[in-house]
Amino acid sequence: MTVRLKAATLVGGSAQAETLVLSEPLSFWGGLDSATGRIIDQWHPQKNEVMIGRILVMRAGRGSSSGSSVLAEALRRGTGPAGIVLLARDAIVTVGAMVAAELYGKACPVVLASEADWAAITGATSLAIEAGDESAVIEI
Amino acid sequence: MPVALSTFDRSLLSGEQGEAAAFAMRLLVRFAEAVGAERFIDIEAAHIDGCLYLGQVSLDFVEHLVRLGGRVRVPTTLNVGSVDLIHPELFHGSDEVGRGGARLMRVHEELGCVPTFTCAPYQTIFRPRFGAQIAWAESNAIVFANSVLGARTNRYGDFIDLCCALTGRAPYYGLHIGENRRARIRVEVESLPGEWAEAGLACVAVGHAIGRRCGDRVPAITGLPASTSEDDLKALGAVAASAGAVALFHAVGLTPEAPTIDAAFQGQAPEEVIRLTAADLRETVSKLSTVPDGTPLTAVSLGTPHFSLAEFERLMPLIDGARLMVDVYVNTHRAVLEDLQRRGWEERLRAAGVTLVIDTCTYVTAVMRDLSGAVMTNSGKWAYYAPGNIGVDVAFGSLADCVGSARAGKVVRL
Repeated sequence: MTVRLKAATLVGGSAQAETLVLSEPLSFWGGLDSATGRIIDQWHPQKNEVMIGRILVMRAGRGSSSGSSVLAEALRRGTGPAGIVLLARDAIVTVGAMVAAELYGKACPVVLASEADWAAITGATSLAIEAGDESAVIEI
Repeated sequence: MPVALSTFDRSLLSGEQGEAAAFAMRLLVRFAEAVGAERFIDIEAAHIDGCLYLGQVSLDFVEHLVRLGGRVRVPTTLNVGSVDLIHPELFHGSDEVGRGGARLMRVHEELGCVPTFTCAPYQTIFRPRFGAQIAWAESNAIVFANSVLGARTNRYGDFIDLCCALTGRAPYYGLHIGENRRARIRVEVESLPGEWAEAGLACVAVGHAIGRRCGDRVPAITGLPASTSEDDLKALGAVAASAGAVALFHAVGLTPEAPTIDAAFQGQAPEEVIRLTAADLRETVSKLSTVPDGTPLTAVSLGTPHFSLAEFERLMPLIDGARLMVDVYVNTHRAVLEDLQRRGWEERLRAAGVTLVIDTCTYVTAVMRDLSGAVMTNSGKWAYYAPGNIGVDVAFGSLADCVGSARAGKVVRL
Protein backbone atom coordinates (compact mmCIF):
# COMPACT_ATOMS: atom_id res chain seq x y z
CA MET A 1 0.00 0.00 0.00
CA THR A 2 1.29 3.44 -0.92
CA VAL A 3 1.55 6.01 1.84
CA ARG A 4 1.36 9.65 0.74
CA LEU A 5 3.05 12.18 3.02
CA LYS A 6 2.80 15.95 2.74
CA ALA A 7 6.01 17.96 2.46
CA ALA A 8 7.14 21.47 1.51
CA THR A 9 8.93 22.22 -1.75
CA LEU A 10 12.38 23.83 -1.53
CA VAL A 11 13.29 22.99 -5.13
CA GLY A 12 10.69 21.57 -7.52
CA GLY A 13 10.78 18.39 -9.59
CA SER A 14 9.94 14.73 -9.39
CA ALA A 15 12.00 11.66 -8.62
CA GLN A 16 11.58 8.01 -7.76
CA ALA A 17 14.53 6.01 -6.52
CA GLU A 18 16.22 3.94 -3.86
CA THR A 19 17.11 5.92 -0.74
CA LEU A 20 20.45 6.71 0.84
CA VAL A 21 19.62 7.52 4.46
CA LEU A 22 22.38 9.49 6.22
CA SER A 23 22.60 9.14 9.98
CA GLU A 24 24.47 12.46 10.22
CA PRO A 25 24.35 15.69 8.18
CA LEU A 26 26.88 15.84 5.34
CA SER A 27 28.92 18.82 4.19
CA PHE A 28 29.14 18.50 0.40
CA TRP A 29 32.31 20.64 0.53
CA GLY A 30 35.02 18.20 1.55
CA GLY A 31 32.38 15.47 1.96
CA LEU A 32 31.29 14.62 -1.59
CA ASP A 33 33.58 13.79 -4.51
CA SER A 34 31.73 15.34 -7.45
CA ALA A 35 33.68 13.18 -9.91
CA THR A 36 32.36 9.90 -8.46
CA GLY A 37 29.34 10.77 -6.29
CA ARG A 38 31.07 9.10 -3.36
CA ILE A 39 31.01 10.32 0.25
CA ILE A 40 34.63 11.08 1.13
CA ASP A 41 34.29 12.69 4.57
CA GLN A 42 36.59 10.46 6.66
CA TRP A 43 34.46 10.93 9.78
CA HIS A 44 31.05 10.40 8.21
CA PRO A 45 29.25 7.13 9.17
CA GLN A 46 28.19 6.58 5.53
CA LYS A 47 31.70 7.18 4.16
CA ASN A 48 32.27 5.50 0.75
CA GLU A 49 28.55 5.25 -0.02
CA VAL A 50 27.72 6.47 -3.53
CA MET A 51 24.72 8.76 -3.96
CA ILE A 52 24.37 8.62 -7.78
CA GLY A 53 20.69 8.41 -8.71
CA ARG A 54 19.50 7.80 -5.13
CA ILE A 55 17.24 9.92 -2.97
CA LEU A 56 19.37 11.41 -0.24
CA VAL A 57 17.59 11.51 3.12
CA MET A 58 19.28 13.64 5.79
CA ARG A 59 18.03 15.71 8.68
CA ALA A 60 19.98 18.86 7.80
CA GLY A 61 22.83 20.27 5.78
CA ARG A 62 26.20 21.21 7.22
CA GLY A 63 29.42 23.05 6.48
CA SER A 64 30.85 25.63 4.08
CA SER A 65 28.74 27.45 1.50
CA SER A 66 31.12 26.05 -1.12
CA GLY A 67 28.93 22.96 -0.72
CA SER A 68 26.48 24.60 -3.13
CA SER A 69 29.09 24.50 -5.91
CA VAL A 70 30.04 20.91 -5.16
CA LEU A 71 26.40 19.73 -5.25
CA ALA A 72 25.71 21.68 -8.46
CA GLU A 73 28.89 20.30 -10.05
CA ALA A 74 27.89 16.73 -9.09
CA LEU A 75 24.41 17.23 -10.59
CA ARG A 76 26.01 18.64 -13.77
CA ARG A 77 28.23 15.56 -14.08
CA GLY A 78 25.37 13.17 -13.30
CA THR A 79 26.99 11.94 -10.09
CA GLY A 80 24.55 13.68 -7.73
CA PRO A 81 21.42 12.42 -6.01
CA ALA A 82 18.03 12.03 -7.74
CA GLY A 83 16.34 14.00 -4.97
CA ILE A 84 16.89 15.21 -1.42
CA VAL A 85 14.61 14.95 1.62
CA LEU A 86 15.44 17.20 4.58
CA LEU A 87 13.95 17.79 7.99
CA ALA A 88 15.45 21.30 8.41
CA ARG A 89 15.56 24.04 5.77
CA ASP A 90 19.03 24.38 4.33
CA ALA A 91 20.21 27.25 2.15
CA ILE A 92 23.38 25.56 0.86
CA VAL A 93 21.53 22.48 -0.44
CA THR A 94 18.68 24.59 -1.85
CA VAL A 95 21.01 26.91 -3.76
CA GLY A 96 23.13 24.07 -5.18
CA ALA A 97 20.10 22.18 -6.50
CA MET A 98 18.50 25.36 -7.88
CA VAL A 99 21.63 26.35 -9.78
CA ALA A 100 21.84 22.89 -11.39
CA ALA A 101 18.16 23.10 -12.36
CA GLU A 102 18.50 26.61 -13.81
CA LEU A 103 21.79 26.07 -15.66
CA TYR A 104 21.50 22.48 -16.83
CA GLY A 105 17.81 21.66 -16.51
CA LYS A 106 18.80 18.82 -14.17
CA ALA A 107 15.97 18.57 -11.66
CA CYS A 108 16.94 17.35 -8.23
CA PRO A 109 13.83 18.03 -6.13
CA VAL A 110 14.55 19.12 -2.55
CA VAL A 111 11.69 18.75 -0.08
CA LEU A 112 11.15 19.43 3.58
CA ALA A 113 9.46 16.60 5.48
CA SER A 114 7.73 16.85 8.84
CA GLU A 115 9.08 15.39 12.06
CA ALA A 116 6.06 13.10 12.48
CA ASP A 117 6.83 11.35 9.18
CA TRP A 118 10.59 11.08 9.68
CA ALA A 119 10.62 7.50 11.04
CA ALA A 120 8.59 6.25 8.07
CA ILE A 121 10.80 8.11 5.59
CA THR A 122 14.11 6.95 7.03
CA GLY A 123 12.75 3.39 7.22
CA ALA A 124 11.84 3.26 3.52
CA THR A 125 14.18 1.64 0.99
CA SER A 126 12.72 3.65 -1.87
CA LEU A 127 10.71 6.85 -2.23
CA ALA A 128 8.91 8.91 -4.81
CA ILE A 129 8.94 12.71 -4.62
CA GLU A 130 6.55 15.03 -6.44
CA ALA A 131 7.49 18.62 -5.63
CA GLY A 132 5.29 21.28 -7.21
CA ASP A 133 5.24 25.06 -6.79
CA GLU A 134 2.76 25.01 -3.93
CA SER A 135 3.52 21.82 -2.04
CA ALA A 136 5.16 18.44 -2.29
CA VAL A 137 4.19 14.82 -1.75
CA ILE A 138 6.48 12.00 -0.66
CA GLU A 139 5.25 8.50 -1.51
CA ILE A 140 6.48 5.43 0.29
CA MET B 1 5.75 32.22 5.67
CA PRO B 2 6.35 33.67 2.18
CA VAL B 3 8.91 36.43 1.77
CA ALA B 4 7.36 39.92 1.42
CA LEU B 5 8.37 41.53 -1.87
CA SER B 6 8.67 45.26 -2.54
CA THR B 7 7.63 46.85 -5.82
CA PHE B 8 11.28 46.86 -6.84
CA ASP B 9 11.70 43.18 -5.90
CA ARG B 10 8.73 42.38 -8.17
CA SER B 11 10.21 44.38 -11.02
CA LEU B 12 13.45 42.43 -10.58
CA LEU B 13 11.55 39.13 -10.72
CA SER B 14 9.48 40.15 -13.73
CA GLY B 15 12.57 40.86 -15.84
CA GLU B 16 12.02 44.63 -16.03
CA GLN B 17 15.55 45.09 -14.65
CA GLY B 18 17.01 42.57 -17.08
CA GLU B 19 17.08 38.80 -17.44
CA ALA B 20 20.18 38.33 -15.30
CA ALA B 21 18.64 40.28 -12.40
CA ALA B 22 15.46 38.19 -12.72
CA PHE B 23 17.50 34.99 -12.60
CA ALA B 24 19.42 36.26 -9.55
CA MET B 25 16.23 37.34 -7.78
CA ARG B 26 14.58 33.94 -8.31
CA LEU B 27 17.54 32.32 -6.56
CA LEU B 28 17.50 34.93 -3.81
CA VAL B 29 13.80 34.36 -3.06
CA ARG B 30 14.41 30.62 -2.62
CA PHE B 31 17.44 31.36 -0.47
CA ALA B 32 15.45 33.82 1.66
CA GLU B 33 12.75 31.18 2.21
CA ALA B 34 15.39 28.64 3.21
CA VAL B 35 16.93 30.96 5.83
CA GLY B 36 13.56 32.24 7.06
CA ALA B 37 13.93 35.90 6.05
CA GLU B 38 10.71 37.91 5.90
CA ARG B 39 11.82 40.57 3.44
CA PHE B 40 14.75 42.05 1.51
CA ILE B 41 16.81 45.18 2.14
CA ASP B 42 19.04 47.37 -0.02
CA ILE B 43 22.76 46.76 0.23
CA GLU B 44 25.60 49.25 -0.36
CA ALA B 45 28.26 46.83 -1.50
CA ALA B 46 29.05 43.20 -2.25
CA HIS B 47 32.17 41.04 -2.09
CA ILE B 48 32.23 37.92 -4.26
CA ASP B 49 34.05 34.69 -3.47
CA GLY B 50 33.34 33.10 -6.84
CA CYS B 51 36.74 33.48 -8.49
CA LEU B 52 38.23 30.24 -7.18
CA TYR B 53 37.72 27.52 -9.75
CA LEU B 54 35.72 24.68 -8.15
CA GLY B 55 34.74 22.95 -11.40
CA GLN B 56 32.95 23.73 -14.66
CA VAL B 57 29.84 24.89 -12.77
CA SER B 58 31.80 27.89 -11.36
CA LEU B 59 32.39 29.17 -14.89
CA ASP B 60 29.00 28.14 -16.32
CA PHE B 61 27.16 30.16 -13.67
CA VAL B 62 29.00 33.43 -14.31
CA GLU B 63 29.05 33.03 -18.09
CA HIS B 64 25.29 32.44 -18.01
CA LEU B 65 24.86 35.77 -16.20
CA VAL B 66 27.13 37.51 -18.73
CA ARG B 67 25.05 36.07 -21.61
CA LEU B 68 21.89 37.39 -19.94
CA GLY B 69 23.47 40.87 -19.89
CA GLY B 70 24.11 40.93 -16.13
CA ARG B 71 25.58 43.99 -14.43
CA VAL B 72 26.19 44.49 -10.72
CA ARG B 73 24.02 47.19 -9.13
CA VAL B 74 26.35 48.08 -6.22
CA PRO B 75 30.14 48.43 -5.88
CA THR B 76 31.33 44.84 -5.96
CA THR B 77 34.80 43.61 -5.05
CA LEU B 78 36.30 40.22 -5.91
CA ASN B 79 38.01 37.72 -3.66
CA VAL B 80 41.18 35.83 -4.62
CA GLY B 81 41.25 33.74 -7.78
CA SER B 82 43.14 30.55 -8.65
CA VAL B 83 45.96 32.35 -10.48
CA ASP B 84 48.11 35.46 -10.06
CA LEU B 85 47.21 37.41 -13.20
CA ILE B 86 50.10 39.83 -12.57
CA HIS B 87 52.62 36.98 -12.29
CA PRO B 88 51.03 34.11 -14.29
CA GLU B 89 54.38 32.30 -14.41
CA LEU B 90 54.01 31.48 -10.71
CA PHE B 91 51.17 29.01 -11.39
CA HIS B 92 52.14 25.38 -11.94
CA GLY B 93 48.86 23.54 -11.43
CA SER B 94 46.69 21.75 -14.00
CA ASP B 95 45.78 23.35 -17.33
CA GLU B 96 42.07 23.10 -16.48
CA VAL B 97 42.42 25.11 -13.29
CA GLY B 98 44.93 27.52 -14.84
CA ARG B 99 42.83 28.34 -17.89
CA GLY B 100 39.41 28.00 -16.24
CA GLY B 101 40.59 29.98 -13.23
CA ALA B 102 41.93 32.89 -15.29
CA ARG B 103 38.77 32.94 -17.44
CA LEU B 104 36.60 32.88 -14.29
CA MET B 105 38.38 35.95 -12.91
CA ARG B 106 37.92 37.86 -16.19
CA VAL B 107 34.22 37.03 -16.66
CA HIS B 108 33.49 38.47 -13.22
CA GLU B 109 34.93 41.75 -14.51
CA GLU B 110 32.48 41.58 -17.44
CA LEU B 111 29.66 41.79 -14.88
CA GLY B 112 31.13 45.06 -13.61
CA CYS B 113 32.91 43.64 -10.55
CA VAL B 114 36.13 45.45 -9.55
CA PRO B 115 39.24 43.29 -10.09
CA THR B 116 40.51 43.60 -6.52
CA PHE B 117 41.14 39.84 -6.23
CA THR B 118 41.76 40.13 -2.51
CA CYS B 119 40.54 38.51 0.67
CA ALA B 120 41.16 41.84 2.44
CA PRO B 121 38.75 44.17 0.57
CA TYR B 122 38.35 46.04 3.86
CA GLN B 123 41.92 47.33 3.45
CA THR B 124 41.21 48.88 0.04
CA ILE B 125 39.28 52.00 -0.96
CA PHE B 126 36.15 49.81 -0.79
CA ARG B 127 36.27 49.65 3.00
CA PRO B 128 32.62 49.74 4.22
CA ARG B 129 31.43 52.42 6.63
CA PHE B 130 30.07 51.74 10.13
CA GLY B 131 26.49 50.45 9.97
CA ALA B 132 26.54 49.76 6.20
CA GLN B 133 24.32 46.87 5.07
CA ILE B 134 26.46 44.74 2.75
CA ALA B 135 26.51 41.23 1.28
CA TRP B 136 29.98 39.83 1.65
CA ALA B 137 31.49 36.42 1.14
CA GLU B 138 34.88 35.07 2.34
CA SER B 139 34.90 34.13 5.99
CA ASN B 140 37.73 36.45 7.13
CA ALA B 141 36.29 39.44 5.25
CA ILE B 142 32.86 38.81 6.76
CA VAL B 143 34.17 38.68 10.32
CA PHE B 144 36.36 41.77 9.79
CA ALA B 145 33.55 43.84 8.24
CA ASN B 146 31.14 42.93 11.03
CA SER B 147 33.53 43.12 13.96
CA VAL B 148 36.20 45.72 13.22
CA LEU B 149 34.16 48.05 10.98
CA GLY B 150 30.64 47.56 12.34
CA ALA B 151 29.25 46.95 8.84
CA ARG B 152 26.50 44.33 8.64
CA THR B 153 26.64 41.10 6.66
CA ASN B 154 25.75 37.45 7.03
CA ARG B 155 28.02 34.65 5.91
CA TYR B 156 27.18 34.77 2.21
CA GLY B 157 28.84 32.45 -0.24
CA ASP B 158 28.55 30.50 -3.47
CA PHE B 159 26.22 32.03 -6.07
CA ILE B 160 24.18 34.01 -3.54
CA ASP B 161 26.85 36.71 -3.08
CA LEU B 162 26.67 37.44 -6.81
CA CYS B 163 22.86 37.36 -6.79
CA CYS B 164 22.90 40.08 -4.11
CA ALA B 165 25.33 42.15 -6.23
CA LEU B 166 23.19 41.83 -9.37
CA THR B 167 20.01 42.89 -7.55
CA GLY B 168 21.40 45.23 -4.88
CA ARG B 169 19.21 43.32 -2.41
CA ALA B 170 19.86 40.94 0.48
CA PRO B 171 17.51 38.92 2.69
CA TYR B 172 16.97 40.68 6.01
CA TYR B 173 17.94 38.14 8.68
CA GLY B 174 20.79 37.24 11.02
CA LEU B 175 23.51 39.87 11.45
CA HIS B 176 21.73 42.48 9.32
CA ILE B 177 19.49 42.93 12.39
CA GLY B 178 20.88 44.91 15.33
CA GLU B 179 19.63 42.73 18.18
CA ASN B 180 21.22 39.60 16.66
CA ARG B 181 24.60 41.30 16.95
CA ARG B 182 24.71 41.24 20.73
CA ALA B 183 27.37 39.14 22.44
CA ARG B 184 26.33 35.80 23.96
CA ILE B 185 29.64 34.60 25.37
CA ARG B 186 32.13 36.52 27.47
CA VAL B 187 35.75 35.60 26.75
CA GLU B 188 38.13 36.89 29.43
CA VAL B 189 41.83 36.82 28.62
CA GLU B 190 43.14 36.69 32.20
CA SER B 191 46.86 36.73 31.49
CA LEU B 192 49.24 37.00 28.54
CA PRO B 193 52.56 35.20 28.05
CA GLY B 194 55.20 37.76 29.05
CA GLU B 195 57.66 36.52 26.43
CA TRP B 196 55.35 37.45 23.51
CA ALA B 197 56.52 40.82 22.23
CA GLU B 198 53.93 40.97 19.42
CA ALA B 199 50.19 41.21 20.08
CA GLY B 200 49.72 39.07 16.96
CA LEU B 201 50.45 35.78 18.71
CA ALA B 202 47.92 36.43 21.48
CA CYS B 203 45.32 37.46 18.92
CA VAL B 204 45.77 34.28 16.88
CA ALA B 205 45.58 32.17 20.04
CA VAL B 206 42.38 33.91 21.22
CA GLY B 207 40.88 33.70 17.72
CA HIS B 208 41.54 29.98 17.54
CA ALA B 209 40.02 29.44 20.98
CA ILE B 210 36.82 31.35 20.17
CA GLY B 211 36.49 29.51 16.86
CA ARG B 212 36.66 26.18 18.64
CA ARG B 213 34.48 27.07 21.61
CA CYS B 214 31.91 29.65 20.43
CA GLY B 215 30.70 28.10 17.16
CA ASP B 216 28.43 30.73 15.65
CA ARG B 217 27.59 32.44 18.98
CA VAL B 218 28.91 36.00 19.21
CA PRO B 219 31.74 36.43 21.74
CA ALA B 220 32.85 39.61 23.54
CA ILE B 221 36.55 39.51 24.39
CA THR B 222 38.24 41.39 27.21
CA GLY B 223 41.94 41.55 28.08
CA LEU B 224 43.58 41.66 24.63
CA PRO B 225 47.00 43.40 24.59
CA ALA B 226 46.88 47.22 24.62
CA SER B 227 49.05 47.26 21.49
CA THR B 228 46.50 45.23 19.45
CA SER B 229 46.39 46.69 15.92
CA GLU B 230 43.92 46.42 13.09
CA ASP B 231 46.08 43.73 11.48
CA ASP B 232 46.09 41.77 14.74
CA LEU B 233 42.27 41.86 14.81
CA LYS B 234 42.34 40.76 11.17
CA ALA B 235 44.44 37.73 12.17
CA LEU B 236 42.17 36.99 15.13
CA GLY B 237 39.03 37.01 12.98
CA ALA B 238 40.61 34.97 10.20
CA VAL B 239 41.60 32.08 12.45
CA ALA B 240 38.32 32.27 14.41
CA ALA B 241 36.36 31.95 11.15
CA SER B 242 38.56 28.99 10.12
CA ALA B 243 38.32 27.03 13.35
CA GLY B 244 34.61 27.84 13.78
CA ALA B 245 31.63 29.58 12.20
CA VAL B 246 32.38 32.95 13.81
CA ALA B 247 30.96 35.85 11.76
CA LEU B 248 31.17 38.55 14.43
CA PHE B 249 33.20 39.13 17.59
CA HIS B 250 33.40 42.11 19.87
CA ALA B 251 36.68 43.18 21.50
CA VAL B 252 35.79 45.48 24.36
CA GLY B 253 37.44 48.89 23.98
CA LEU B 254 38.75 47.98 20.52
CA THR B 255 35.79 47.32 18.19
CA PRO B 256 33.05 49.86 17.44
CA GLU B 257 30.01 48.05 18.84
CA ALA B 258 31.79 47.31 22.12
CA PRO B 259 32.92 50.54 23.80
CA THR B 260 31.94 48.78 27.05
CA ILE B 261 31.10 45.21 28.03
CA ASP B 262 27.47 46.26 28.59
CA ALA B 263 27.24 47.71 25.11
CA ALA B 264 28.55 44.46 23.64
CA PHE B 265 25.89 42.44 25.50
CA GLN B 266 23.20 45.09 24.83
CA GLY B 267 22.54 45.11 28.58
CA GLN B 268 21.88 41.36 28.84
CA ALA B 269 23.82 38.70 30.72
CA PRO B 270 26.37 36.33 29.11
CA GLU B 271 25.15 32.79 28.45
CA GLU B 272 28.63 31.50 29.17
CA VAL B 273 32.00 32.80 30.36
CA ILE B 274 35.26 31.42 28.95
CA ARG B 275 38.50 32.26 30.77
CA LEU B 276 41.83 32.03 28.96
CA THR B 277 45.18 32.11 30.74
CA ALA B 278 48.72 32.57 29.44
CA ALA B 279 49.13 28.79 29.65
CA ASP B 280 46.01 28.23 27.48
CA LEU B 281 47.30 30.69 24.89
CA ARG B 282 50.76 29.09 24.79
CA GLU B 283 49.21 25.65 24.33
CA THR B 284 46.92 26.84 21.52
CA VAL B 285 49.83 28.43 19.66
CA SER B 286 52.06 25.38 20.07
CA LYS B 287 49.33 23.14 18.62
CA LEU B 288 49.25 25.21 15.43
CA SER B 289 52.69 23.81 14.59
CA THR B 290 52.83 20.25 13.26
CA VAL B 291 56.65 20.10 13.50
CA PRO B 292 59.07 20.82 16.40
CA ASP B 293 61.54 23.71 16.61
CA GLY B 294 64.74 23.03 14.68
CA THR B 295 62.91 21.35 11.75
CA PRO B 296 64.43 22.31 8.36
CA LEU B 297 62.14 24.57 6.31
CA THR B 298 61.47 24.71 2.57
CA ALA B 299 59.56 27.99 2.66
CA VAL B 300 57.93 30.76 4.66
CA SER B 301 54.46 32.05 3.73
CA LEU B 302 53.11 35.39 4.96
CA GLY B 303 49.99 37.35 4.13
CA THR B 304 46.91 35.20 4.83
CA PRO B 305 44.75 37.29 4.80
CA HIS B 306 46.57 39.54 2.30
CA PHE B 307 49.41 41.59 3.79
CA SER B 308 48.61 45.26 4.35
CA LEU B 309 51.00 48.15 3.77
CA ALA B 310 51.36 48.45 7.58
CA GLU B 311 52.48 44.81 7.71
CA PHE B 312 55.08 45.47 4.99
CA GLU B 313 56.31 48.42 7.06
CA ARG B 314 57.04 45.92 9.85
CA LEU B 315 58.57 43.38 7.47
CA MET B 316 60.99 45.69 5.59
CA PRO B 317 63.54 46.30 8.38
CA LEU B 318 63.58 42.55 9.13
CA ILE B 319 64.60 41.45 5.62
CA ASP B 320 67.52 43.81 5.05
CA GLY B 321 70.93 42.24 5.49
CA ALA B 322 71.66 38.52 5.47
CA ARG B 323 70.29 36.47 2.59
CA LEU B 324 67.21 34.36 3.21
CA MET B 325 67.96 30.63 3.03
CA VAL B 326 64.48 29.49 1.91
CA ASP B 327 61.72 30.76 -0.39
CA VAL B 328 59.67 33.50 1.27
CA TYR B 329 56.22 34.22 -0.17
CA VAL B 330 54.05 37.19 0.73
CA ASN B 331 50.44 37.26 -0.48
CA THR B 332 49.02 40.71 -1.05
CA HIS B 333 46.75 42.67 -3.37
CA ARG B 334 47.15 45.05 -6.30
CA ALA B 335 46.72 48.32 -4.41
CA VAL B 336 49.45 47.38 -1.93
CA LEU B 337 51.70 46.30 -4.82
CA GLU B 338 51.36 49.79 -6.30
CA ASP B 339 52.39 51.31 -2.97
CA LEU B 340 55.38 48.95 -2.80
CA GLN B 341 56.42 49.99 -6.32
CA ARG B 342 56.13 53.69 -5.50
CA ARG B 343 58.33 53.24 -2.46
CA GLY B 344 60.89 51.13 -4.31
CA TRP B 345 60.16 48.29 -1.92
CA GLU B 346 59.15 45.75 -4.56
CA GLU B 347 62.75 45.77 -5.81
CA ARG B 348 64.17 45.53 -2.29
CA LEU B 349 61.90 42.59 -1.52
CA ARG B 350 62.88 40.77 -4.72
CA ALA B 351 66.57 41.40 -4.04
CA ALA B 352 66.14 39.84 -0.61
CA GLY B 353 64.60 36.73 -2.19
CA VAL B 354 60.94 37.44 -1.41
CA THR B 355 58.28 36.35 -3.93
CA LEU B 356 55.21 38.59 -4.01
CA VAL B 357 52.00 36.68 -4.79
CA ILE B 358 49.14 38.91 -6.02
CA ASP B 359 45.47 38.07 -6.77
CA THR B 360 45.61 34.70 -5.05
CA CYS B 361 47.04 32.94 -2.00
CA THR B 362 49.62 30.21 -1.44
CA TYR B 363 47.23 27.83 0.34
CA VAL B 364 44.44 27.76 -2.29
CA THR B 365 46.42 27.16 -5.46
CA ALA B 366 49.66 25.71 -6.86
CA VAL B 367 52.19 28.51 -6.45
CA MET B 368 54.82 27.36 -3.99
CA ARG B 369 57.80 25.79 -5.78
CA ASP B 370 58.78 23.26 -3.14
CA LEU B 371 56.32 21.49 -0.84
CA SER B 372 58.66 18.68 0.15
CA GLY B 373 59.35 20.02 3.64
CA ALA B 374 57.83 22.16 6.35
CA VAL B 375 56.56 25.69 5.77
CA MET B 376 56.50 28.41 8.43
CA THR B 377 53.83 31.08 8.67
CA ASN B 378 52.64 33.84 10.99
CA SER B 379 49.04 33.20 9.89
CA GLY B 380 46.75 31.14 12.09
CA LYS B 381 44.44 30.67 9.12
CA TRP B 382 47.22 29.40 6.87
CA ALA B 383 48.41 27.04 9.63
CA TYR B 384 44.85 25.74 10.01
CA TYR B 385 44.16 25.00 6.33
CA ALA B 386 47.46 24.36 4.54
CA PRO B 387 48.16 20.86 5.90
CA GLY B 388 44.80 19.66 4.47
CA ASN B 389 44.72 21.81 1.32
CA ILE B 390 48.24 21.47 -0.01
CA GLY B 391 49.60 18.70 2.21
CA VAL B 392 52.48 20.42 4.00
CA ASP B 393 53.80 20.37 7.54
CA VAL B 394 53.50 23.74 9.26
CA ALA B 395 55.39 25.73 11.86
CA PHE B 396 53.55 28.72 13.28
CA GLY B 397 55.31 31.73 14.79
CA SER B 398 55.50 35.51 15.00
CA LEU B 399 56.57 37.62 12.02
CA ALA B 400 60.04 38.06 13.54
CA ASP B 401 60.33 34.29 14.13
CA CYS B 402 59.31 33.61 10.53
CA VAL B 403 61.99 35.90 9.10
CA GLY B 404 64.58 34.63 11.60
CA SER B 405 63.76 31.07 10.56
CA ALA B 406 63.97 31.96 6.86
CA ARG B 407 67.54 33.17 7.53
CA ALA B 408 68.41 30.05 9.51
CA GLY B 409 66.74 27.62 7.09
CA LYS B 410 65.03 25.93 10.03
CA VAL B 411 62.44 26.70 12.69
CA VAL B 412 63.95 29.02 15.30
CA ARG B 413 62.32 31.19 17.98
CA LEU B 414 63.89 34.55 18.76
